[in-house]
Amino acid sequence: MTDMITFHYRISPDDFTRAGEASSDVKSKLKKMGVTPEAVRKVAIAMYEGEINMVIHAQGGEITVNITTDRIEMILADVGPGIPDIDLAMQAGYSTAPDAVRSLGFGAGMGLPNMKKYSDEMEIDTVIGKGTTIRMMVNI
Amino acid sequence: MDKFYHSVRLDEELCMGCINCIKRCPTQAIRVRNGKAQINSKFCIDCGECIRVCPHHAKHATYDKLEVLKQYEYTVALPPPSLYSQFNNLDDVNIVLNALLMMGFDDVFEVSAAAELVSEATREYLSENPDKLPAISTACPSVVRLIRVKFPNLIPNLLPLNPPVEVAAILAAQKAMEKTGLDRDKIGIIFISPCPSKVTYVKSPLGTEHSEVNKVLAIKDLYPRLLTCMKAVGDDPPEIGTSGKIGVSWGRSGGEASGLFTEDYLAADGIENVIRVLEDMEDQKFTNLKFVELSACNGGCVGGVLTVENPYVAEVKLKRLRKYMPVARSHMQAGAEELVKWTKEVHYEPVFNLGETMMESFARLNQVERLLKKLPGLDCGSCGAPTCKALAEDIVRGEAVESDCVYFLRDNVHKLAEEVSRLASDIVEGDRDSYEKFKVMTKYIERISDEMTQLDRKEGRKRNDSKGTD
Repeated sequence: MTDMITFHYRISPDDFTRAGEASSDVKSKLKKMGVTPEAVRKVAIAMYEGEINMVIHAQGGEITVNITTDRIEMILADVGPGIPDIDLAMQAGYSTAPDAVRSLGFGAGMGLPNMKKYSDEMEIDTVIGKGTTIRMMVNI
Repeated sequence: MDKFYHSVRLDEELCMGCINCIKRCPTQAIRVRNGKAQINSKFCIDCGECIRVCPHHAKHATYDKLEVLKQYEYTVALPPPSLYSQFNNLDDVNIVLNALLMMGFDDVFEVSAAAELVSEATREYLSENPDKLPAISTACPSVVRLIRVKFPNLIPNLLPLNPPVEVAAILAAQKAMEKTGLDRDKIGIIFISPCPSKVTYVKSPLGTEHSEVNKVLAIKDLYPRLLTCMKAVGDDPPEIGTSGKIGVSWGRSGGEASGLFTEDYLAADGIENVIRVLEDMEDQKFTNLKFVELSACNGGCVGGVLTVENPYVAEVKLKRLRKYMPVARSHMQAGAEELVKWTKEVHYEPVFNLGETMMESFARLNQVERLLKKLPGLDCGSCGAPTCKALAEDIVRGEAVESDCVYFLRDNVHKLAEEVSRLASDIVEGDRDSYEKFKVMTKYIERISDEMTQLDRKEGRKRNDSKGTD
């Protein structure tokens, strides 16, 4: 038996109608796996926020989800503009989302703060002009 | 009572084994096995979608017949507001209520009257429990059942109040006992239901130990006789109705919420929409909502599968009817608050888990992913499961096999046929092991024949029929 299951998701840029598909797929898999409702909730929210961020800020990208029986690792990699000031971006309510996106109800500045709040571990690796990779971990 | 009791049933005789119901079922609870549909009782939420979609009318709801009135010394009809929406040009609910008396009921107690008490209790709950908002309406039993099996994170949001039909039954039973002096078991509290979901509620309620409703009739069954009685009642019947706008509005989507005097609500109807809202709620996509009203049927209760009128036409009729009604006519009496509250918690039933333990489920999830790579991904339904993924899950649960997939079988037949032709040419070329190879070839041909039989069976053809056409 393999002790890790990996899923890959391509996130398309600028397509809000599809944003959230990857996180809801992971959510349904975790439920079938019998993961605790609390862990499912954390993964669903953290990953959804990350997915939306990739659509808004980074022309999409790729999400890799590694599931083991004791933790769920989500790696969100994009080739977007990078985050110039992580501390600022982590502040609740801070957002650089364009007006067009805000008019859709996104861009409340809670993306990164929620990702941090709902994951047990989070690392951000960002290079201006090259892209951002965020690794989040949720313990089961 | 069985916690997975169901009122939606299959009539095997009528079932043709087509794939309409398996495709439409919102919880993927139906499989076609051996040419007949089977409903998985743990997955089913009694929403009635399969009854709606079955072209052969092989799905039906179980409910009681009018004759049950004879079993009691005194009967009380509980008409729901959705019943009032079924008639043309109805201006006065008293016509319906008096017609019910004429049909043989000894008394009527409007569900909409009890609904006004539930609205009152809900308003109080919303203001006293800001930490538990948004509260999700628990009036639709299918929605509560759906949350119980699929949305464990939202169970704390369920409004812990009895649905109006239950409150009506409790009050009607009390009233009847006081009035007649009869024992409770001599009194029949009889609900006239728009849907199978409420039949299920009565037999196996959530939120309370047992229901005070004794029997459930279907609107569509009563309809013709009720119409006749309504004509006999005439235009100026005695006034017996006790509900107003708030109560009657409960019959349509958004009606329950409109009685809460807040704009911060969401009302969704139709089971697919309900599921989308629940998914989004789980991801915390909504903020500042106080109340979420969800109805499994399109249009709300007026869209129930046991009603006769088109749900949207019914909605218009209901609006017209309530136009000149007072806002509310029933109010909470001292001590009645407790009757409205749930007395039993609802617990998560993880029926969709792939295995018994997390380790087993994890291993099976892995197997599902591997199987999905082998299956064609067409979601054709020929295997009897709604999607390739559902088949893969059935296989890992041990409820189906790979060869249930027709494409998988066809591929196998092709491979075997190629093998036979290779062996045949070896034999022709005078191979030394010709005899052995001939035996193997015969085996392969038998297997081809077997697998063709399986394919025939899947396509609904009997072995004899296909022979006949040879």
